[in-house]
Amino acid sequence: MKDTASASPVIEAKNLQLVFNTNDGPVHALKDVNLTINKGDFVSFIGPSGCGKTTFLRAIAALETPTGGTLTVNGMSPDEARRKRAYGYVFQAAGLYPWRTIAGNIKLPLEIMGFSKAEQDERVARVLELVELTGFGKKFPWQLSGGMQQRASIARALAFDADLLLMDEPFGALDEIVRDRLNEEVLKLWARTGKTIGFVTHSIPEAVYLSTKIVVMSPRPGRITDVIDSPLPRERPLDIRDSREFIEIAHRVREGLRAGHGDHE
Amino acid sequence: MSGGAMKHVLPVLTVVAAIIALWYAAAVGLNRAWVYDQAERAGVAPASGMALIAETWSQERPVLPAPHQVAVELVKTTFGMAPSSKRSLVYHGWVTLSATLLGFAIGTGLGILLAVGILHNRAMDMSVMPWAIASQTIPILAIAPMIIVVLNSVGLQGLVPKAIISAYLSFFPVVVGMVKGLRSPDQMQLDLLKTYNASNTEAFWKLRLPASMPYLFTSLKVGMAASLVGAIVGELPTGAVAGLGARLLSGSYYGQTVQIWAALFAAAIVAAGMVMLIGVMERRTLKRMGMAR
Ligand SMILES: Nc1ncnc2c1ncn2[C@@H]1O[C@H](COP(=O)(O)OP(=O)(O)OP(=O)(O)O)[C@@H](O)[C@H]1O
Ligand SMILES: [Mg+2]
Repeated sequence: MKDTASASPVIEAKNLQLVFNTNDGPVHALKDVNLTINKGDFVSFIGPSGCGKTTFLRAIAALETPTGGTLTVNGMSPDEARRKRAYGYVFQAAGLYPWRTIAGNIKLPLEIMGFSKAEQDERVARVLELVELTGFGKKFPWQLSGGMQQRASIARALAFDADLLLMDEPFGALDEIVRDRLNEEVLKLWARTGKTIGFVTHSIPEAVYLSTKIVVMSPRPGRITDVIDSPLPRERPLDIRDSREFIEIAHRVREGLRAGHGDHE
Repeated sequence: MSGGAMKHVLPVLTVVAAIIALWYAAAVGLNRAWVYDQAERAGVAPASGMALIAETWSQERPVLPAPHQVAVELVKTTFGMAPSSKRSLVYHGWVTLSATLLGFAIGTGLGILLAVGILHNRAMDMSVMPWAIASQTIPILAIAPMIIVVLNSVGLQGLVPKAIISAYLSFFPVVVGMVKGLRSPDQMQLDLLKTYNASNTEAFWKLRLPASMPYLFTSLKVGMAASLVGAIVGELPTGAVAGLGARLLSGSYYGQTVQIWAALFAAAIVAAGMVMLIGVMERRTLKRMGMAR
């Protein structure tokens, strides 16, 4: 067991099924999902609306319970991993508490996890610097722009020592220019922290720019249609998006999406 | 700023002026009969024109006292006598207010406790609300005497029974508001805490309680007004000798309409004052919490 443990993946899904029982009958949100995510991977999930991207991320986070197959996080069940605080989760909306300052919001998980006051302050300062919000700790959320709020919510997920960061369309509501900047920042952050990242997006360039692994999904039932291991280097300036390789990967993703859509398009 | 303030004040003043004008007119209409009556008894021609109007506005026991009569009575009985005097409105007002405040405190405490129970306990969730609603459909005038009689038989009288009637009326808005407030955080915020593996207790103190504050203050305002009504109603069935309710009662025994109206206005002023006080606390609290801009 020991030798496999050292090479054991962060996330491993085998024949994963997730069916929601709704009033209108069962909804196959995930069907036969097989995926392995290794330590340090940056994995993007892309696919049309309703293909189960959020559901998959939530299943990893133990916020949904699979109805079949196996899913492990750090070799444990997702719920065990959750109780061990194995991941930080960034929701589509920043979801900062309006009655807490930015620093107070970042302290929320730290308070719950029992860090000392001094340690809390030190960590807040560190993650604020990481997301380039130094000096905004004393502000309330409404005093920040949407992009800054989203960065604060990423800082909140980075404040404790989870090696896994799950992000569900964190920049979905932001404009392209802000998005580009934040994408660069996320890459820098990933390089500096070495975390494993799961990232849901609707944007092909975003997925290609960020990821080492792109998971293309398709709906009804939600399933994986293609997994692309990116040949791009880990170091990625913004203008890499004009390179041949980039365009080729983007093309493959687009083809995958189209194929998944079948005759709908 | 002052221009903006005028914009708000002007319509209010207009409405107030219209009400006062209507009131004076109504006083003439309603009190006229007595003037004719008196004149007939004395065998003289009744006054007419300005003299008639003047008489309808200055009777000792008018059907409807004129605004200035109420105002004079209000000022005289508030500022014109020692607060310890049995004729002082300050004295009576305090008797009622003390019962109101005690009842408000009990009602608010009970309301919050019930709301927390409803939140954390399925059985309470299913059972408490229907009872709370039922409790409010029974006319308070019907149960107030019973509460007072029952408590009196165990030796409780005066302040406490009135406070309990107050609490009976004021717990309800607090339960309703707090349940709504404690449940106001959305699924995403609850999920976020779940990803931290936070306990229910932590979710309560860190998320639900702060999120419920705006709801709490709204409920407190309604509850305070209800408390005052409860305290006054609690003074009626016992024939209490002190309190605004007692002033209303003795006023109606002796046909002292001016006194009744003065007591009514005193109650309204006390209620408005208390609600404003809660409003100030609300603004301060929410501002300190960063929830008011
Ligand atoms: N709690 C739920 N109850 C019932 N059905 C659900 C629930 N959550 C998701 N679904 C269904 O499961 C399917 C996948 O939903 P999911 O939210 O994972 O899609 P998504 O890929 O994240 O879509 P989007 O890009 O729009 O966010 C959808 O058909 C959705 O209607
Ligand atoms: Mg989604």
